[in-house]
Amino acid sequence: MTAGFAILALLTVASAVAAMTLRNLVHCALALAVAFAGLAAIYLQLSAQFVGFAQILVYVGAVAILIVFAILLTRSGEPVAGSVFSGSWIAGVGIAAAVFAVLTAMIRSSRGLARRIPEPPQAAVRDIGDQMMSQYVLPLEVVGLLLTAALIGAVLIAMREKDRP
Amino acid sequence: MFVSLKAFLVGLMPGSWEWIVRPIISVAAIIGTFAGLFALTTVLERKGLGRIQNRYGPNRVGPFGILQPLADGLKAMTKEDIVPRAADKIVHFIAPFILVVPAFLALAVIPVGRNMAAIDIDAGVLFFFAVGASTEMAVFMAGWSSRNKYSLLGAMRGIAQMVSYEVPLILSTVSVIMIVGSLSLVTIVNAQAGYSWILPHWFVLTPWGLAGFILFMIAATAESNRSPFDLPEGESEIIAGYYVEYSGFKFALFFLGEYIGMFAVNGMAITLFLGGWHAPLSFLTWIPSYVWFFGKLFCLVALLIWVRGTLPRLRIDQLMNFAWKFMLPMALMNILAAAIWYFMPAGFVRWAICLGLVIGFYYVLGHALFAHKNLTKRVYRYAE
Repeated sequence: MTAGFAILALLTVASAVAAMTLRNLVHCALALAVAFAGLAAIYLQLSAQFVGFAQILVYVGAVAILIVFAILLTRSGEPVAGSVFSGSWIAGVGIAAAVFAVLTAMIRSSRGLARRIPEPPQAAVRDIGDQMMSQYVLPLEVVGLLLTAALIGAVLIAMREKDRP
Repeated sequence: MFVSLKAFLVGLMPGSWEWIVRPIISVAAIIGTFAGLFALTTVLERKGLGRIQNRYGPNRVGPFGILQPLADGLKAMTKEDIVPRAADKIVHFIAPFILVVPAFLALAVIPVGRNMAAIDIDAGVLFFFAVGASTEMAVFMAGWSSRNKYSLLGAMRGIAQMVSYEVPLILSTVSVIMIVGSLSLVTIVNAQAGYSWILPHWFVLTPWGLAGFILFMIAATAESNRSPFDLPEGESEIIAGYYVEYSGFKFALFFLGEYIGMFAVNGMAITLFLGGWHAPLSFLTWIPSYVWFFGKLFCLVALLIWVRGTLPRLRIDQLMNFAWKFMLPMALMNILAAAIWYFMPAGFVRWAICLGLVIGFYYVLGHALFAHKNLTKRVYRYAE
């Protein structure tokens, strides 16, 4: 574990915690954006350029903005009165810890960890593009069709009906 | 020349320092050059707008008012920094930096001359748009944290506009990426090297390249919030939009961020479509490469100033309709034209088909969009 990874991990975890505990909802959204950016930095550190930049482009540039818009359009954005913790937070922490423990046990016992870490491939972005357009072209098209259908559906729901008296 | 200067400076330092000295020199060069350009452009813009609007523009400080940015900078630094009492102090403080830093970061991947890209990464285009995407967050932070209705309105307008125009901006670059087959900006510039007779192999001289360049420049103007797409600022409607509550040097930082963003996106346009640092005619290659890059940059900036002085501001519904109903289909059709260009053998037929496709689609789309509009001369009841 290098110092760079430690700083990034600390930043990401801290901002994720802040996103859950801050009082002001907009602050939470901004902290979440920082957490997304931290994740992207970790991807970049693992020399996964495409995933890293796509993470920034999609999550910081679009998803965080979407969240912020949703907050502003649905409520006033003023901080909530009362505690940010729900009544059953102890149970929630317990369940989260249990899931984490199970996952850790699974990962530690798996054989994938024992294998040597392969060298990061060169020109990874180009390979991803080639694979997308040759081997995985059908899944890509299906995902695209699905997203388009979802988009049209959302527009249909949001559209004002003209025939209504 | 600058490359060897950098190598010389690196050579002066002890070998163990090289890993830190090399980036610092690049960073200092980028910040120094483009901040200087920013100062020069503000005065040129004010002079140019003054000429267009039949007035003088700044002409008091120094010869021809050339030292005006110096005076402005000193004024900005000595002014009191006012933060509204209701403002969210931390977010209000951070927002200008979030705007300026990505703008400078985006400049790092642009090759400004032969062997003169600060970093040449495999996914340069992706990097450019990824850092560009974070400016939207800065706009929102500035607008929301000021606790001012006008700021918030400006921020909402700004984000809506940036998100909408990012789509045609990226789609118009896709055609270039398809032809070159690489996301690296250095490779894209190298793909435009060489000359036929005396004309260069720039992408702007192909049908899809020309259409892509025009789409890219329109989207870039919208992306950098410049007139005629300056709705987020809208002095006459919402005072100055998201930075209305900023004063002193923070306001100057917003100004700087906007202009640096403009340089970055223009540099991208040059790299993608105008052959980067290559000379426009084959017998002019003896002039250094960076001269050509910055010359092209000045031409594009002059074009933007001209457009700003000429066109009136759009309405918000016109802005959105233009982005989604015109720019997006045109960009998609342009990708198709680029694909046909890629797979057909070189020659006159390829030219004709691509040109016909782009122009025909433009004609059909334009007529379809105006079909149900009843456009007549506007009649003013009292003014005439």
